[in-house]
Amino acid sequence: MASAASSTPDPSPTGGVSGRGGADRHRARTALPAVLWLPAALGFALVILPVLGLVLRADWVRLPELVTSDAALTALGLSLRTAAASTLLSLLLGGPLAVVLARGRPPGLRVLRSLVLLPLVLPPVVGGLALLYLLGRAGLVGQYLDLLFGVRIPFTTTAVVLAQTFVAMPFLVVSLEGALRTAGERYEAVAATLGARPWTVFWRVTVPLLLPGLGSGVVLAFARALGEFGATIAFAGSLAGRTRTLPLEIYLQRESDVDGAVALSLLLVAVAAAVVVLARPRAVEGAR
Amino acid sequence: MTPAVAPAVGLEVDVELTRPGFALALGLRVEPGKVLAVLGPNGSGKSTLLGVVAGLVRPDRGRVRLGGRLLTDGGTGTHVPPHRRGVGLLAQQPLLFPHLTAEANVAFGPRARGVGRRAAQRIARRWLSEVDAEGLADRRPAELSGGQAQRVALARALAAEPTLVLLDEPFAALDVDAAPALRALLGRVLRAGGRTAVIVTHDPLDALVLSDHVVVLGAGAVVEEGPTRQVLARPRTAFTARIAGLELVAGTAGPAGLRTPDGAVLAGQRGPGLVDGAPAVAVFPPRAVAVHRERPGGSPRNVFPVVVAGLEPRADVVRLRAAAAPGGPGWAEGLAADLTPAAVADLGLEPGVPAWFAVKATEVALHPAPGA
Amino acid sequence: MRARALLPTLVALVVAVAACGSDAGRAAPRRTVTVLAAASLTEVFGRLEQRFEADHPGVDVRLSYGGSSDLAQQIVNGAPADVFAAANTATMDTVAKAGLAGKPQVFATNELRIAVREDNPGKVGSLADLARDGLVLVVCAPQVPCGAATAKVTRDAGVRLRPSSEEPDVKSVLGKVVAGEADAGLVYVTDVHARKDKVRGIAFPEAANARNDYPITVLDRAPEADLARQFVELVRGQAGREALTAAGFQVP
Repeated sequence: MASAASSTPDPSPTGGVSGRGGADRHRARTALPAVLWLPAALGFALVILPVLGLVLRADWVRLPELVTSDAALTALGLSLRTAAASTLLSLLLGGPLAVVLARGRPPGLRVLRSLVLLPLVLPPVVGGLALLYLLGRAGLVGQYLDLLFGVRIPFTTTAVVLAQTFVAMPFLVVSLEGALRTAGERYEAVAATLGARPWTVFWRVTVPLLLPGLGSGVVLAFARALGEFGATIAFAGSLAGRTRTLPLEIYLQRESDVDGAVALSLLLVAVAAAVVVLARPRAVEGAR
Repeated sequence: MTPAVAPAVGLEVDVELTRPGFALALGLRVEPGKVLAVLGPNGSGKSTLLGVVAGLVRPDRGRVRLGGRLLTDGGTGTHVPPHRRGVGLLAQQPLLFPHLTAEANVAFGPRARGVGRRAAQRIARRWLSEVDAEGLADRRPAELSGGQAQRVALARALAAEPTLVLLDEPFAALDVDAAPALRALLGRVLRAGGRTAVIVTHDPLDALVLSDHVVVLGAGAVVEEGPTRQVLARPRTAFTARIAGLELVAGTAGPAGLRTPDGAVLAGQRGPGLVDGAPAVAVFPPRAVAVHRERPGGSPRNVFPVVVAGLEPRADVVRLRAAAAPGGPGWAEGLAADLTPAAVADLGLEPGVPAWFAVKATEVALHPAPGA
Repeated sequence: MRARALLPTLVALVVAVAACGSDAGRAAPRRTVTVLAAASLTEVFGRLEQRFEADHPGVDVRLSYGGSSDLAQQIVNGAPADVFAAANTATMDTVAKAGLAGKPQVFATNELRIAVREDNPGKVGSLADLARDGLVLVVCAPQVPCGAATAKVTRDAGVRLRPSSEEPDVKSVLGKVVAGEADAGLVYVTDVHARKDKVRGIAFPEAANARNDYPITVLDRAPEADLARQFVELVRGQAGREALTAAGFQVP
């Protein structure tokens, strides 16, 4: 019986797969309508040419000195720390939120999902004002935080993280919920019939099913948090080392030193591009 | 070699459930250690029934009892969640967890009930060898063929030590080559363990090989039930006959055979309980039908004219579906004959062509009809 | 071949977009004088625009407000404009360095006030009070004019401030005081004037050391140099002085 596996009549999976791959390579591609190329090229140009403009405008001689200035490094460090923190917070709150939306069948699911996606369509500065009116010193909740615990959130690094989480979390929720919907509930049902408690099912089945969406979701959320400006300036203010992230530093520098602002912009572009281009495919493949 | 199993328990189901465009109302029993096959066409409620037993679907009314435990009771609102039912499910798709190896998949059940990592691994190895898949232990589901994956899924279901095993068309998604091996394996494992099981299928062969009893479902209700061989060999309704792959003609019993409503007589082997003058059915397999272009000579019995309505290729035969011929018997409508492709070509059979069906009397079984 | 077709199309697209923004489609041959002005001049120049258009039928004054340094960048980068009114001399110097500024003249000055809400929650009365512990203070970042003025007055007065935030523009400072997030902020007197429904301005003597001069000029490449000169005259004349004074500016 021990050797039975090798003598089974099942067709070899490897043979099948490589055969199919070969067929793909030789199959003629379906032709695209030629008309699509022009708007596609214009769309690409619209995205890439402004960045090119930035590159051409940069003072490359002073660039190393500009991007390593104290102000720049302080802002970059703060940006990386807060974006990492808000990505983590998005994960801790947005992960369960995605699971509940995909699996929990809460009442009013459609409305709930639209509300969760609100920050995607809202101007960030509106989000910042909304946070201010909730958690500000005179805000709905903020006044009690101040009164009861002496906690004030505006003008703190916490405020930066909250503002970034506000705008970044929907990206994570959308990615994770999509992954769960694609996977379907059948795996969880099977796990339950195998005797797994809901908590075990969540950790050993649902969470691994989330992984394909997790890579891209985390990267998108991090990138979005890194670029956050409007909500941060409205809710957290701007103070070097505490709340002045790289985008805020850029906005400020362009008042006094355009070359510095351009240099920092390039730095932000480089960091964002590195995150998206390098981390994303690896994160997605790692989940496979 | 076979792992020990707890003493088998019986299943009692008595439920009602209504969903938009669908209703299920049925009762059934499975004796301890026996296998029940639930036969029925798509949409007859087979999978919903399994969902109710597994606890994945809540019925509107009724009870599910497994051994001494009440799993579902619509009256008191009792609903034991799936993970505490001890009911294993093997579905059409293997649904192996894609992120785990075959062995880890099989070890999932033991781990879930608290068995340590090492011990769960040993249990998994044992069950993998039980389904002839121990060589696949380290593979990922994506590296398994359909048949291999389904064997691992079976090992996984059994390693969880269910007191009841539910099988939802477990061969439906497999290649024709892989299905017989798994069917034989399943028969061996179920019998060796003395397990109580319910298998849902639309293939009478599954029922014949695997089950002791069979229930035929139609539109959410039980149409016929009984010991598997008896029900499938002597169907009493056209519905069951169609599922069993048999042809059935209804009429009344007479001394010469079955008298059809239009006065023709079909000769056949008289089964027990047949009473002359009472409703009866004549049953024969499509392969027992000979097809001719001209009326056969001599004095054959059971010869009647038809018109070819359609031809469907099967595994190694062509199934000819008949329509009633003008002036011929109306009950010939829908009867089938199985022929070799060569015979179809020789006879020049195609839709619309008139032909003659001849059925040997030795192949025709006569049974009393339901309600007789 | 597709790549070669791309460039003319891009050019055509850019031209089309540019045409939408110009006066090409306008029916009547009106004349337009374009004025770029610091955001703090919004109220005053809005009033003067009406006056100018009433006096010059067929002339359209187009006003574009913004941060002074933004506007200076636009001018240096070739934006077509006739008049530039800046909130400080430094930004005007940027334009002058590019050889475009003509002859700038100071037409108004502005100075700082401590802005607090009506109830003055921090009980602020002087510049020195702003350095108190526990007071939430918001100021402009030193890179922008109001921040430069703030740095100067505090340096002269020997006061060391520890602001909760250094905002990129004066309106943000005012906004945080109005919203109650900050106990006090340092803004221009004209900003206090604009929000006198919500905030109170507290004058302090040191402010006089850091007056902001507002220079105005007809730009060297002004398409409508004549009209531009007349607009500058209006700003510096009686009507302009009255409007500026009413908004809290001081006039020379």
